[in-house]
Amino acid sequence: MAASGRRVVVTGLGLLTPLACGVEETWSKLLAGESGLGPITRFDASDLPCRIAGELKKGPTAEGGFTPEDWVEAKELRRVDDFIVYALVAAAQAVRDAGWEAPSEAEKLRTGVLIGSGIGGLPSIEKATLDLYEKGPRKISPFFIPGSLINLCSGQVAIKYGYKGPNHAVVTACSTGAHAIGDAARLIQRGEADVMVAGGAEGAICRLGIAGFVACKALSTGFNDEPSRGSRPYDKDRDGFVMGEGAGVVVLEDYEHAKARGAKIYAEVKGYGLSGDAYHVTSPAPDGNGGFRSMSAALADAGLTPADLDYINAHGTSTPMGDEIELGAVQRLLGDHAAKASMSSTKSSIGHLLGAAGAVEAVFCALAIRDQIAPPTLNLENPSVETPLDLVPLKARKREIRVALSNSFGFGGTNASLVLTQV
Amino acid sequence: MSDVAERVKKIVVNYLNVDEGKVTLEASFIDDLGADSLDTVELVMAFEEEFGVEIPDDAAESIQTVGDAVAFITKQQAA
Repeated sequence: MAASGRRVVVTGLGLLTPLACGVEETWSKLLAGESGLGPITRFDASDLPCRIAGELKKGPTAEGGFTPEDWVEAKELRRVDDFIVYALVAAAQAVRDAGWEAPSEAEKLRTGVLIGSGIGGLPSIEKATLDLYEKGPRKISPFFIPGSLINLCSGQVAIKYGYKGPNHAVVTACSTGAHAIGDAARLIQRGEADVMVAGGAEGAICRLGIAGFVACKALSTGFNDEPSRGSRPYDKDRDGFVMGEGAGVVVLEDYEHAKARGAKIYAEVKGYGLSGDAYHVTSPAPDGNGGFRSMSAALADAGLTPADLDYINAHGTSTPMGDEIELGAVQRLLGDHAAKASMSSTKSSIGHLLGAAGAVEAVFCALAIRDQIAPPTLNLENPSVETPLDLVPLKARKREIRVALSNSFGFGGTNASLVLTQV
Repeated sequence: MSDVAERVKKIVVNYLNVDEGKVTLEASFIDDLGADSLDTVELVMAFEEEFGVEIPDDAAESIQTVGDAVAFITKQQAA
């Protein structure tokens, strides 16, 4: 962030996605073009028009599978909703990666947590509501409220590691993860913390969650027999998003602080831009102006121009309207440079992780910069519109990536863009 | 220990994640077993579920030790 204050870098990464539990495990599958989507197995979805999702894959931790008991004490697991477990898992990975599991007491005072969620404890709310009406108020667990509140991701991570700096949470639907990282970076930039554990978590794959998004006409309903083909951003046959779950968490750090302790640096959080559509509760403004302005603001904050952009991780959820509106905004922003940039939607592989999406995709941008490769847009067989942009169809592409931008747009017309750069 | 005591002990070990050896009849949930106010509410709910009894709030407040719980439940079951 060039405007003022300190530089902020990424020194730790954590991922729990429908592809795998673990950063490298997820990344290698993403680059190989694997899909994390499948039929819904957690509950009976037979009466729902959408019966596919990106559920986490249970399995041994050593093999990239998800074993909650390896990360969170059994007693605690029973008391918090899934999304908080997911936040704890991704945070544990990121904190370990950064070597920040046991800082000194003084350092703990300068370490904060800012992990958000779009929806929070929907499965708990669904279950508690049924208990309330079927068994009465005395059957509501004392852990129902603290186990489903969104800011308890940040609370639980802080309690586990003793981080006593700013403790905050973002709730901006599908922009949550990007806003959390951007806001956390600003806290460091302004000197209110030296280290921030930031990101997003979501676990809303329950009957109520799927039924609710179906009612919004947001989910794919035409690929129930071929789940891995359901999320197909920019493809002419796309018909809605596929819901995923999981978490992405990063450790952000003041650049001088990271350098002084010899920390590994993945990338710099160079720019952050926010805007509002002021248009509609679920639809993006048709002219894409909200996204255009958040991208422009992020670039200005970074002190860069559109011609500096190498890779864009698109919001690209695979909805008929949203994809083309974002594509139009990116083309207007880039102008002639569009032919030289690559833009992909990793939601084609893992689905839409809602409040976790922006954080997971920021991690992908950091890895794209590290490995100089753009992850693919799966299922992009027949683009619905012509574009000079390389949409990285089907296969990952090796290319120079010094500057990456990640877009996140949420219900209510809330937009966030992050610019990450090579250090 | 009686059957009720064994079942109470099992619930306490499971819910509070404490060593079996610590769960004596004299052990206080809060002072000896590390329970907080939320833990004790959850424990009472678990006892109700396990034994099919109702433990009203004023009675719950008087249940301080494992032995208190066993005595209350045994009395309720006999009633």
